[in-house]
Amino acid sequence: MHPPAFPLLSVQDLKAYFYMDEGVVKAVDGVSFDVYPGQVVGIVGESGCGKSVTMKAILQILEPGGKIVSGKVQLRVRRAGRPDLDTGGPNSAEELLDLTRLHPNSKLMRKIRGAEIALIPQEPMAAFSPVHTVGSQIMEAILLHNKVSKAEARQRAIDAFRAVGISMPEQRIDAYSWELSGGLRQRAIIAMALSCNPRLLIADEPTTAIDVTTQAQILRLLRDLQREKDTAIIFITHDLGVIAQMAHYVVVMYLGRVMEQGPVNEIFANPRHPYTQALLKSIPSVQSTPRVRLPTISGSIPHPFNRPKGCPFHPRCTQFIRGVCDSAAPELLAVGKDHLASCFLYQSQEVTA
Amino acid sequence: MTTPKPASSPRQVLLEVRHLKKYFPIYKGLMRKVVNQVRAVDDVSFFVRQGETLGLVGESGCGKTTASRCILRALTPTSGEILFREADGTVTDLAKLDRRGLARFRPQMQMIFQDPFASLNPRMTIFDIVSEPLYVHGMRSRAERTEKVAELLRLVGLRPEYMQRYPHAFSGGQRQRIGIARALALRPRLVVADEPVSALDVSVQAQVLNLMLELQEALSLTYLFVAHDLSVVKHISDRVCVMYVGKIVETAPTLELFAAPRHPYTAALLAAVPVPDPQRRTAIQELPGEVASPANPPSGCYFHPRCQFAVERCRQESPQLEEIAPDHFVSCHRAAELSLPGAVSHV
Ligand SMILES: Nc1ncnc2c1ncn2[C@@H]1O[C@H](COP(=O)(O)OP(=O)(O)OP(=O)(O)O)[C@@H](O)[C@H]1O
Ligand SMILES: Nc1ncnc2c1ncn2[C@@H]1O[C@H](COP(=O)(O)OP(=O)(O)OP(=O)(O)O)[C@@H](O)[C@H]1O
Ligand code: SF4
Ligand code: SF4
Ligand SMILES: [Mg+2]
Ligand SMILES: [Mg+2]
Repeated sequence: MHPPAFPLLSVQDLKAYFYMDEGVVKAVDGVSFDVYPGQVVGIVGESGCGKSVTMKAILQILEPGGKIVSGKVQLRVRRAGRPDLDTGGPNSAEELLDLTRLHPNSKLMRKIRGAEIALIPQEPMAAFSPVHTVGSQIMEAILLHNKVSKAEARQRAIDAFRAVGISMPEQRIDAYSWELSGGLRQRAIIAMALSCNPRLLIADEPTTAIDVTTQAQILRLLRDLQREKDTAIIFITHDLGVIAQMAHYVVVMYLGRVMEQGPVNEIFANPRHPYTQALLKSIPSVQSTPRVRLPTISGSIPHPFNRPKGCPFHPRCTQFIRGVCDSAAPELLAVGKDHLASCFLYQSQEVTA
Repeated sequence: MTTPKPASSPRQVLLEVRHLKKYFPIYKGLMRKVVNQVRAVDDVSFFVRQGETLGLVGESGCGKTTASRCILRALTPTSGEILFREADGTVTDLAKLDRRGLARFRPQMQMIFQDPFASLNPRMTIFDIVSEPLYVHGMRSRAERTEKVAELLRLVGLRPEYMQRYPHAFSGGQRQRIGIARALALRPRLVVADEPVSALDVSVQAQVLNLMLELQEALSLTYLFVAHDLSVVKHISDRVCVMYVGKIVETAPTLELFAAPRHPYTAALLAAVPVPDPQRRTAIQELPGEVASPANPPSGCYFHPRCQFAVERCRQESPQLEEIAPDHFVSCHRAAELSLPGAVSHV
């Protein structure tokens, strides 16, 4: 796939910290990546590496105590009234907005959430309120972002349900979220996210809590929608199988930082960062030989208050260079075409000393 | 109907489950009248040989945990037999025993739980947690227990110095090691592990799986390994049982099951697993519909509403588990004639 010349979203050196009584959690500590129109960017990393906080920072929905400390989140937005004019590059109908400059509760930020960027949250129960029907909540979102009548909003909600493959949408729209099975609820969440035609969909672990056959249905649905509507997707998961099947471009995170990023084939066939290499080797696969020892990554992920100095992966890295990796953090630098790694193995030491 | 009979093998059968059923009543109204039943485990038969790992796999709600809890007699089965062979060769039906009768068997069967965060009491030290079963089963000397706990911690790759710490000081993987040390304290002959690595990070999963393989070798343990992740089950098991809505649909040696499944549901499960290789980007295979409710299962074969091979007979008649090759059991009317794809083979 050839990405268009201009990214839709450009995250630049984003830092988001939580200030707590016990200390500061550097949840996101310098993350950069771009998302192009129609591209699926997979974000992968183990629990606590900052995937969800990165997305919450982009959308400015960090929980209390959380603050964007630095960085930019540049989004190409459609100028009001001209959503039809999208030519794939910044033009007269579009403008570049740094979302970090907007007040989280500003009218514009609220409009961007939903109409430009929609989120499928990691906790599916958080997506819908249990006291209103799913249909009324989708209609509310539609009415917030569009000048349409109630009847039309209802019809759009029904259409959205049908588009995500929910049978009997006219009846199901009046159900409460807790009345729906896991698979149906996930489809309803996707319908809500897509109801306002966002250009970017952020899917935070959309299939982690559901069974593998339902997961296949949801992945298929997302893939079809992305192809039909050319929606860009940021797809967050810790499942490397899902990443391999869904993403065009992959960002590998560890302890709040990007370790490596590159085209999906490069990441899987030619990983450069020791963490990516180790992670790929340590997963059992349905294709691998049973009952053999798996290569492992020694140790465990450090507690957020005990961040190692220097390269965050150094206490677990087999290629650790004493005096280098534990003194300064490596920069994210090019190791190939569109392929970047943050590791001293690929940086001349004079530059970083 | 026949139950799977173990083919002649040098290894003895440690556990044989025959026609196990566990129905949960559904009550309604003030009088708590029973209006229906959840057939959580619905006529399940399988066996586990001494020293092997039997993987039990299936989607959420198919009855894996209920079946395991019946075997450990944490639940009383509705009907069926649970035949357990002791070291001296005597075989006892655990399903028929009461509390007192079971006491002798408790130390011989232990469980490893899914959630290493919820399964350890936060107010107990590691010493208390690991030594509790020793104390309950008569080891009264503290010095003796301390020595034994140190030995167990070393066995699972933890430093004995950690003994006086509390669970919160440990990572998920370390807590799961503590859970394993506790389970092994009484030298059980059967270890039932219910989703032991599902809550762990991928880099830590591999460590725990390796540990379980090593311990099995060193202590000649027998595992019943319950999980929903097919890759993990394939990795650890000698043989695999696939469950669907309370029933076993297929049991086979691991490689055979993954390379040449004979039940349409097994094939559909394998096809749904995303392969971690972007060069093999398949059209994602989709199994239509949803898992049937065990409170209201379909007629005939429970899988028929979703099965692309269903014929009239499947709607009428419930298929029985039959041995179609040595150690390979399938419950499908069309098992003999269908040719189904397996997981893409290793290159
Ligand atoms: N509201 C909060 N207050 C304090 N710390 C937080 C908060 N939310 C997240 N964190 C911390 O920020 C770090 C990153 O968390 P985040 O939720 O982004 O991880 P993640 O990569 O999404 O993990 P998972 O795979 O478990 O969802 C973690 O150390 C977490 O404990
Ligand atoms: N105590 C109970 N009372 C009523 N129904 C129950 C009870 N325990 C389990 N069930 C039902 O029995 C069925 C099997 O549940 P079980 O927990 O054994 O499934 P499982 O295969 O372990 O699922 P999971 O993968 O989600 O752990 C489910 O439909 C469940 O709702
Ligand atoms: S910077 Fe050093 S410690 Fe970090 S991944 Fe590279 S070699 Fe390993
Ligand atoms: S018995 Fe019939 S419906 Fe059931 S799995 Fe076999 S072919 Fe499909
Ligand atoms: Mg998260
Ligand atoms: Mg269970």
